[in-house]
Amino acid sequence: MAKFEPVLFARINKPDSTSLATYKADGGYARIKEFLSMAPGDVTNVVKDAGLRGRGGAGFPCGLKWTFLPKDHPGPIYLCINADESEPGTFNNRILMEKDPHQLIEGILIACHAIRSSNAYLYLRYEYGRSYRVLDAAIRECYAAGLLGKNILGTGFNLDIVLHRGAGAYICGEETGLIESLEGKRAWPRIKPPFPAIEGLFRKPTIVNNVETLCCVTQILYRGGAWFKSIGVPPDPNNPRDPGSYGPKLYCVSGHVNKPCCVELPLGVTARELIEEHAGGVWKGRKAKAVVPGGISMGFLSDKELDTKLDFAGPGKVGCLGLGTAAVVVIDDQTSMVDVLFNCCRFMSHESCGQCTPCREGTAWMTKILTRIRIGQGRLEDLDLLMEVAGSMGIIPGTTICGLSDGAAWPVKNAISKFRGDFEEYINSKRATETSAQKLMEVH
Amino acid sequence: MSVLSEELRERIRQEFPKYPNKRAVTLPALHIVHDARRAVSTEAIVGIAELLELHPAEVHDTMSFYNFFKDEKHALGNHRIWVCRSISCMLRGGEEVLEKVCDKFHVHPGQTSADGKVTLEFAECLGACEGAPCILVDDECHMDMNAELVSALIEKL
Repeated sequence: MAKFEPVLFARINKPDSTSLATYKADGGYARIKEFLSMAPGDVTNVVKDAGLRGRGGAGFPCGLKWTFLPKDHPGPIYLCINADESEPGTFNNRILMEKDPHQLIEGILIACHAIRSSNAYLYLRYEYGRSYRVLDAAIRECYAAGLLGKNILGTGFNLDIVLHRGAGAYICGEETGLIESLEGKRAWPRIKPPFPAIEGLFRKPTIVNNVETLCCVTQILYRGGAWFKSIGVPPDPNNPRDPGSYGPKLYCVSGHVNKPCCVELPLGVTARELIEEHAGGVWKGRKAKAVVPGGISMGFLSDKELDTKLDFAGPGKVGCLGLGTAAVVVIDDQTSMVDVLFNCCRFMSHESCGQCTPCREGTAWMTKILTRIRIGQGRLEDLDLLMEVAGSMGIIPGTTICGLSDGAAWPVKNAISKFRGDFEEYINSKRATETSAQKLMEVH
Repeated sequence: MSVLSEELRERIRQEFPKYPNKRAVTLPALHIVHDARRAVSTEAIVGIAELLELHPAEVHDTMSFYNFFKDEKHALGNHRIWVCRSISCMLRGGEEVLEKVCDKFHVHPGQTSADGKVTLEFAECLGACEGAPCILVDDECHMDMNAELVSALIEKL
């Protein structure tokens, strides 16, 4: 296959890539006046026909989401940009915001026009200080250049973008958690329906889109839906519910590889290709034992599943939860899955918002059980107990409000079913491998 | 008389036009006070609540949900160091980095050094996994850390 030319990442290595001048010199904002003069419904149709699916994790068709807004609503309608990128292993949104903020802002302009919104809130996780400074400067530049504010470029379209900083909570990446947080409350996800498109931020119709999704919107408007559809994987003819996986995707590769990186490729590359061709192979000449396909919530691929296509449908075919954020984390063959799973469970237990009992208690108990295994006091029955707890929490069994819980259960299910030998060997050896750093963290 | 200075109150008021109601200014207001005072005291919560026309309990409810904000008993030191402990960093030595910082300042995660210079905390994924292990010092991220590099970085604080 010919080398794929990056589109979303086309400018990130240019000098002064964050400035309006650099973006404009590369053709940015050249046709924004034309797009803002299109009928909003036509813009939505372009995005819908391109087959763009949300890049934040769930993969919901973006244009379709926009059509759920009530017709002829008097307004206001809100756009929330989800920049609370917190899924472990994921950092593509950070690079997009730090290196090419105007591509995102142009996407926000287009999306807001399509959904008839003149208020956009960009919910940025607090930890991204550099993104905040870059975006803040870029937004100021846009106001000064008449690209934001009232009557943008004489089209009669108004838009304000407010940068809103979070305060270090993973759950704010859940769209209704984000909305609650923006409203000044604890970020407890809402029961759906009503979905945000009907009743969202400040009880008004709201669309929540991920940063990478909106950057794709910019590229789709410039290059056309046919271009977008020429990249990626078409729908599976045997699955009428598969809308296909079109377009470029930013894959993050980290963990035990020689060259951790974020690389833009057509949807549908395999984990093996990513590791071997883009991340310099597994480090220290070792082999991969397991690979996280899209952030830890999605579970694990075993070493026999590395040829799985990382499109929206691929990971699900081998028992993972989905593609998630396409954050690939490689775990080498010298690492125990007990340690890896403990790390995942501790994360989820720390980040569970505490609203639904099965999640709050389930994540905490799974972490406690794994702690017991790690101090050499595990029992083989613990593995079945972990599976039972994991099987009873989440939207899939119907016991929680949001999907965090499914994402907490999945690594447990995958790790124990695919790597049971690792756990049995660990338990039988009665060894204890806590480092002093881990002891230190027991404080929390 | 509010415990918050007029300057802080004015900065909070400047956030009002960005949102359709005052409650939405809770997080921005907490950030403004927290940045300036290194903590949000009970009196400051009352001061924020007055400005936002909320009950102090509502402000406290929101604040306490986010571990980010410290009350007066846990005020931050001059610098805040966050060491990432999530998966990509853990796989590449994040825990050794954390140990090093703990040793250096004789603190556990969550504590402030005796001289008030540094507050150490662990962080969940900082989103810089291509440079794991990474740490955040105040709001600047430092990547590809190891025990030596982190010692050198700390010396400069």
